[in-house]
Amino acid sequence: MPHRDVMHGSRAVAEAVKLCDVKVIAAYPITPQTHIVEDIAEMLANGEFDAEYIMVESEHSAMSACIGASATGARTFTATASQGLALMHEVLWIASGMRLPIVMVNANRALSAPINIWNDQSDSIAERDSGWVQLYVETCQEALDSVIQAYRIAEHQDVLLPVMVCMDGFVLTHTVEPVEVPDKEQVRRYLPELRLPHALDPEHPVTMGSLGDPNYYMECRKQQEIAMEHALRVAEEADEEFRRVFGRGYGILEEYNMQDAEVVLVTMGSVAGTIKETIDMLGSDVGLLRLRMFRPFPKEAVRRALRNAKVVNVIEKDVSMGFGEGALMTELKSVLYGSDIRILGTVAGLGGRDITTEHVRQAIERAERALRGERVEEVAWAGLKEEAL
Amino acid sequence: MKVAADIPSYVRCRHVCGASLAASRCFKFRRLVKEVSDEELFAPGHRGCAGCGCTVAMRLALKAAGRNVIVTHATGCMEVISSPYPETAWRVPWIHVAFENSAAVASGVEAALRALGRKDVKVIAFGGDGGTVDIGFQALSGALERGHDFVYICYDNEAYMNTGIQRSGATPYGAATTTSPAGKRSFGNKTFKKDMPRIAAAHGIPYVATASVAFPLDYMEKVRKALSIEGPAYVHVHASCTPGWGIASEKSIEVARLAVDSGMWILYEIEHGKARVTYKPTVKRPVAEYLRMQKRFRHLTDEHIAVLQRYVDERWEEVFGGD
Repeated sequence: MPHRDVMHGSRAVAEAVKLCDVKVIAAYPITPQTHIVEDIAEMLANGEFDAEYIMVESEHSAMSACIGASATGARTFTATASQGLALMHEVLWIASGMRLPIVMVNANRALSAPINIWNDQSDSIAERDSGWVQLYVETCQEALDSVIQAYRIAEHQDVLLPVMVCMDGFVLTHTVEPVEVPDKEQVRRYLPELRLPHALDPEHPVTMGSLGDPNYYMECRKQQEIAMEHALRVAEEADEEFRRVFGRGYGILEEYNMQDAEVVLVTMGSVAGTIKETIDMLGSDVGLLRLRMFRPFPKEAVRRALRNAKVVNVIEKDVSMGFGEGALMTELKSVLYGSDIRILGTVAGLGGRDITTEHVRQAIERAERALRGERVEEVAWAGLKEEAL
Repeated sequence: MKVAADIPSYVRCRHVCGASLAASRCFKFRRLVKEVSDEELFAPGHRGCAGCGCTVAMRLALKAAGRNVIVTHATGCMEVISSPYPETAWRVPWIHVAFENSAAVASGVEAALRALGRKDVKVIAFGGDGGTVDIGFQALSGALERGHDFVYICYDNEAYMNTGIQRSGATPYGAATTTSPAGKRSFGNKTFKKDMPRIAAAHGIPYVATASVAFPLDYMEKVRKALSIEGPAYVHVHASCTPGWGIASEKSIEVARLAVDSGMWILYEIEHGKARVTYKPTVKRPVAEYLRMQKRFRHLTDEHIAVLQRYVDERWEEVFGGD
């Protein structure tokens, strides 16, 4: 039976790992991911489920062990954040290149220097080209549900790609919310056992990770890109099926107050909650488009959602240094190339700086001024202390 | 089917039982030879150099292990020459991920086998000296400390041969490599070889062994023992490299044997903390003889050779005693 409880986001993720019958977990603790690996360890210590838990000596080894375990055909999980994800960088590409359905939760945290343990999304956005499917969640419930959906996407025979579930560090990992924990039997039916067609097995020896010279390398990459295209459809189907079985779903993007909205804010992750709150508070006719899926990028769905928009303001917790804006803004410009939509950007919440309703109000105001034809800054940094520069 | 009569009379059994008998007359030798599988699980046709000592290390390890094994591999010579897609020399399941993580990948494989209830399948992790004593050091230490049931085999050709003979932490004193060249102000590599087997042993693991490709039965016996013991095992096999050492391909095994006969490399095992020398040379050959055979040492002066001889003498004394 499903049951409702209050728990922090990390616990919700651990519950999902338990529900998914994960066989191997390899992880290295890092703030703010620690509660996830601690909760899993506690569940295993109490015999709540059976899995091999490898407490590796680094994140590089965590992902390497996940690759070994997944290649042997076991459902595999890990979680990390920030510097840990950066340390994994090399092997992230190998996990996807080897088409291994590993699921990882990234507790989004800023990258050093200066060292900072608080939330932004620069860490996972820096890995956007690594061949991992990326989902960004808004709530603790969505974190739990997305881990379950992630396995369904990753292990689909048309996909076979690793999936990264990105949840804002502290904002979600350490925040207590009411969460419904699904019934295990229902999850089992939703998530059939992993069948990895290229698993390492002495009965059917395969060679994995061979040298791909210029005659073969491009085709491998193209196959990955095709798998990414499939992932878009499979993710939509997985979410629809999830809604049918569990009574809730999210889509690959969420539209809020979008009917006839000429001004639309675009974002990813938990700050969508603050934005919805602000829109409601102001009684504004501004819309919100929350991307739940960043890789593969849902280009068509975004174009469809923004067909009536005149001005878009992207609120995002990352910046591409030397390009003066966040990656989501750049990508939105690319996706909307040729349209008349004016695209503005708001760099916000870096290193855990609060994003307040006032910042959101300012972002709306700037977009509305642009709509009226006034000159506005293309990119603004919300809550920046100009005097400290 | 091999029989004792097939063993040429000049083959002595001394590296198996210590006596200098004709191998065909030694019971232990005959038994071991008989047990060696004819099956080639590391297939011929790979792209290793003629006379490559490292491919011998791969081939013999798999003969000792048999089919029921999963192999993980670090980036390096053996990975490159054995797996150019769409060809492969591996007739057992094999995975190469990156340079520094063969032991970490093996940890995952081993955990998955346990989780899937497949305790019958063995795990071997291969790495070269670079992938083991340098860049893969941390992952190896972690895997040894965690107690995974696997065998790590370091094939040590004493430099980064795959990328063109750059020095590693396992390069011997005085050896010229492309990053420690001999020159007006340089006699080659300035440091002594990192003692990786002892570092592995310091983890308190149940089995550590050194081996050489010139002593195939000794090596295979050690791999077999390592696989049979539960928990992590570490085997460090000294393997010649014809271009890296500057030797003719037909001298590959001869040079590797001289490394052992001169005391530059010592064959021993540490089983549950108890150390045992598995081969003692009947005649201790001068280090100079070993060095002279290789281009990488050709520039060394008598003074440097004396330094190496002293280094060898000290270890010899420690291991074999005064004689």
